[in-house]
Amino acid sequence: MTAEVLKVTIQRDADRVETFDVPAYENQTVLDVVSWVQQNADPTLSYRFACRVGMCGSCAMMVNGVPRWTCRTHISKVVDGNAVMIGPLRNLPVIKDLAVDMDPFFDKWVAAEGVHHGALTRDDEIAPVHETSATRVEANAGIECINCSVCYAACDTVASNPDYLGPAALQRAWTLLNDAKDEGRVAILDAVSGSGGCHNCHSMGSCTMYCPNELNPMSAIAGLKRETAKNFFKRGR
Amino acid sequence: MLSLRLYMFQRLSALLTAPFVVGHLAVMIYAIQGGLSAAEILERTQGSVLWFLFYGIFVVAVSIHGAIGLRAIALEWGGLKGAALEGFMWLVGLGLLALGARAVWAVTFSQGVGV
Repeated sequence: MTAEVLKVTIQRDADRVETFDVPAYENQTVLDVVSWVQQNADPTLSYRFACRVGMCGSCAMMVNGVPRWTCRTHISKVVDGNAVMIGPLRNLPVIKDLAVDMDPFFDKWVAAEGVHHGALTRDDEIAPVHETSATRVEANAGIECINCSVCYAACDTVASNPDYLGPAALQRAWTLLNDAKDEGRVAILDAVSGSGGCHNCHSMGSCTMYCPNELNPMSAIAGLKRETAKNFFKRGR
Repeated sequence: MLSLRLYMFQRLSALLTAPFVVGHLAVMIYAIQGGLSAAEILERTQGSVLWFLFYGIFVVAVSIHGAIGLRAIALEWGGLKGAALEGFMWLVGLGLLALGARAVWAVTFSQGVGV
């Protein structure tokens, strides 16, 4: 990077942006830039972060129009000349500045039955997990999701159909469906077959394209479509 | 707003439609060799159970498939919701069915060109 000053434009409101001059450093993430603005230029800037190492899923924002985990995105990777545009995550209500209300996102996890369905008690043996079984391989594929909502913000189907559960919730449902420790099969298949369920997905693939952990929600959703279709022939619904 | 049932109807009707489209195109290419006339078409289709079933099932499958597909577009691009959305789907489906069925009926049971 050759520029000494970055022109950082931040979306402050639906129709208001502000541009800040931020000193450029050799090693600098998008989150560092936002933090510099808040600490040195405008203390009223609201944004959200916690771990700074790509584990907590708190700091996702739109960077030059695409969703990214800002703590693990080097500014040199995204600057256009010396300019960058930072906004709140798409598809979620904005609380203030760069902080969005994540409630709809997490409510949909629950609506997709993305919760543990246990059948055992503390007196039972722990259910054996076979690391190499086909279902465990499927479950492992989606287990590193950090709930950052990047896929949800990237999804055009969520944008045009607010009832759609979205890629993260559906991938969670698929993971649990394949988990030997989870007993929620019927509940999960019912939850993902409703009017906002997996069948709304057009397989456009933005979720898989932008997932910072390189997971594949699109293939998880395809798995749900397969399972629900098989079930349709078996149960007639 | 696509439930499992609509999804299955759309996939199964697509499964049916695909071979019919291929058959329809093949017959078109075959039939226009040496010119095309209404009389020639009617000669093939009039009173034919086979062509009645071919185009009859084709029309039903297309009506279902098209109605559900346009419903998704009306929802996501047109912003239609609730009863208006379901009404739109049924209107498209029944409309396509009426137009198609009328044509299939005519080429099977009409008595000749211009009748």
